[in-house]
Amino acid sequence: MSEAPERIERHTLSVLVDNEPGVLARVIGLFSGRGYNIDSLTVSEVSAESHLSRITIVTTGTPMVIEQIRNQLARLVPVHRVQDLTVEGYYLERELAMVKVRGTGEARSEALRLAEAFRARVIDATRESFVFEITGKSDKIDQFAHLMEPLGLVEVARTGVVAISRGPTAL
Amino acid sequence: MTSVTTATATAGTATTGTKMTGAEMVIQAFADQGVAHIFGYPGGAVLPIYDALFHQNAIEHILVRHEQAAVHAAEGYARSSGKVGVVLVTSGPGATNAVTGLADALMDSIPIVCISGQVASHLIGNDAFQECDTVGITRPCTKHNYLVRDVNDLARVLHEAFYVAQNGRPGPVVVDIPKDVQFATGTYVGRANIQHKTYRPKLEAEDGQIAAAVEMIASAKKPIFYTGGGVINSGPEASRLLRAFARETGVPVTSTLMGLGAFPASDPQWLGMLGMHGTYEANLAMHDCDVMVCIGARFDDRITGRLDAFAPGSKKIHIDIDPSSINKNVKVDLPIVGDVARVLGAMTRAWAARGLAMDKAALTAWWAQIDRWRSRQCLAYRASDTIIKPQYAIERLYHAVKDKDVYITTEVGQHQMWAAQFCRFEEPNRWLTSGGLGTMGYGLPAAIGAQKAHPGALVVDIAGEASIQMNMQEMSTAMQFDLPVKVFILNNKYMGMVRQWQELLHGGRYSHSYSEALPDFVKLAEAYGGVGIRCDKPADLDAAIHEMISVRKPVIFDCVVDQQENCFPMIPSGRAHNEMILGDMAVDLDAAITDEGKMLV
Repeated sequence: MSEAPERIERHTLSVLVDNEPGVLARVIGLFSGRGYNIDSLTVSEVSAESHLSRITIVTTGTPMVIEQIRNQLARLVPVHRVQDLTVEGYYLERELAMVKVRGTGEARSEALRLAEAFRARVIDATRESFVFEITGKSDKIDQFAHLMEPLGLVEVARTGVVAISRGPTAL
Repeated sequence: MTSVTTATATAGTATTGTKMTGAEMVIQAFADQGVAHIFGYPGGAVLPIYDALFHQNAIEHILVRHEQAAVHAAEGYARSSGKVGVVLVTSGPGATNAVTGLADALMDSIPIVCISGQVASHLIGNDAFQECDTVGITRPCTKHNYLVRDVNDLARVLHEAFYVAQNGRPGPVVVDIPKDVQFATGTYVGRANIQHKTYRPKLEAEDGQIAAAVEMIASAKKPIFYTGGGVINSGPEASRLLRAFARETGVPVTSTLMGLGAFPASDPQWLGMLGMHGTYEANLAMHDCDVMVCIGARFDDRITGRLDAFAPGSKKIHIDIDPSSINKNVKVDLPIVGDVARVLGAMTRAWAARGLAMDKAALTAWWAQIDRWRSRQCLAYRASDTIIKPQYAIERLYHAVKDKDVYITTEVGQHQMWAAQFCRFEEPNRWLTSGGLGTMGYGLPAAIGAQKAHPGALVVDIAGEASIQMNMQEMSTAMQFDLPVKVFILNNKYMGMVRQWQELLHGGRYSHSYSEALPDFVKLAEAYGGVGIRCDKPADLDAAIHEMISVRKPVIFDCVVDQQENCFPMIPSGRAHNEMILGDMAVDLDAAITDEGKMLV
């Protein structure tokens, strides 16, 4: 459209859906079929009696593509609501990771010291390894994992981002 | 105890709470939804439903010869009547054969409910005979789909399927029913008891948007209405309101392929179709307009041409029931989400209430410009008295049918574009074509569906000799159900549009586009029990067309036409509206299309 290429933005979307078979496939199929990006996607039931699940999607694209994603999601039949948290402002975003580090001696104590600084908890330990549990924004987890690399990082499991708006109102 | 298995499906007899089998529920739900005709093909996994069909007379089943044709027939039925088209197919290949039709209905927003049988629940996932993941396969080519695992959910799902198919932007819905669920007994619920949990399309626009829209139109010096299939989907009232509002304002009207008939072609404000093969005046008016009102259309690539040169100086209003159609390809200044008829109604009222009027002098100048473009006579072609020109064939056909109760379907290709250019539609729902997906083989089954919906009407499938062979077998359906459809083949012995593109873009290397080993269409018609007519002389054409129309039987008309003719005007891929090629221009076609354009379809 315009002469200047449109900027790429990162947005976090909250989607409330009926927890019915195939609903996740619908959402994922929409993203793959139309060539949208998924940086992170999490889903879990949030209300058993009303069969509602909440999907949190982190995606990147031009503002026009982000608007398309929101509208395409909203038009899926089992979708109740779509909220672009990034557009609406004030919201909280967290991710949980388990980080396995193997090492002995100085590296091992350094890993423990760093874990303390990052408020990561030890949830499993052997004489030559730790599993840390860390919660925070994604970049904090990125940084923690990066710091663990020279100290014997074995593997990382991450939940992906969950997000919720601040204040008293619901999605 | 009352018997629980004798609930017969006659319209309106069963009430909520009646016990019946899943198969009976399907028939009962059809009856409750007012379904009179369904198009289908039996198989192992739908036998219980076919058994339930056998026990009733309220619903007529039209047996097709291929499941793809069942969906196209239901599309023709739906689009010509405004009702939901209903399809019944079996599991596995029955469902996969239906996929092309479902994708077609999704692209063109046609309301379809397709019931598919599925293998018994305990066999799902076991690679059972004729098993496929129907909901998985059809998810991206339906508006919505369901796999019903409990017979007590079935009635609700069926009524929801009809609701979803026809509300909001219409589309196809699949309900996949395992065979054990068809046999199982459960409780029926009527349609009045069903309210969809989440799906509530927005129909009314906000007053502020309506006010802004009418003010913007009134301020225009070079306005245009760009209308589409959404006007037709919204119902006859939308066409009526469009006509009234256009006459009130005096704004020129053009339309997409899918919207033809919403505005009458005989009206002086009609510019003809726009887009790749649209008229010179429609495309140049789009390019030069200052206010564009897009009504139920979606800025498809066949319409816009090169996006960064699309109507560069215009403000755009976009009315669409589907928010995801807005700002998808083209950024608009005023989006209005709502139903076309309701929005046009509100705009008409707001126009009158505010006492608005167009700038008469500006509009007169705009029309003078449009008349200069019109005088270019962009659809003119070189007539011949030795060989039938395809344009001439359609002109004569149109002349012969125009005063009749006529429905016209097409296949896909050159003949489709010539039909769109040379048939002049006065009413909506009379023109049935595969616009979005571009499905060769659409026309004959769609004609069958339209004929079933309008038994007394004349239904003509304008076809090509290549396309028609894709669903030729449906001649047998037409014969069996006494549906006297007319197949009018423009036979140029090539896949004409492929040949045209190869000529323009690939140095005239006609790779596999010649129609070799064609059947004798006259004998083929006779083999099916229909009537075959061949014509290859312009002088004989009128009489032959008259014969085709007068016979009360399916006809295949083999109209032998000029093999070399190309379809113009044409906006080459990747070009702007004001860079269109006309038939009588001596242009170097290779230079007219950029390398970038060649990458586009």
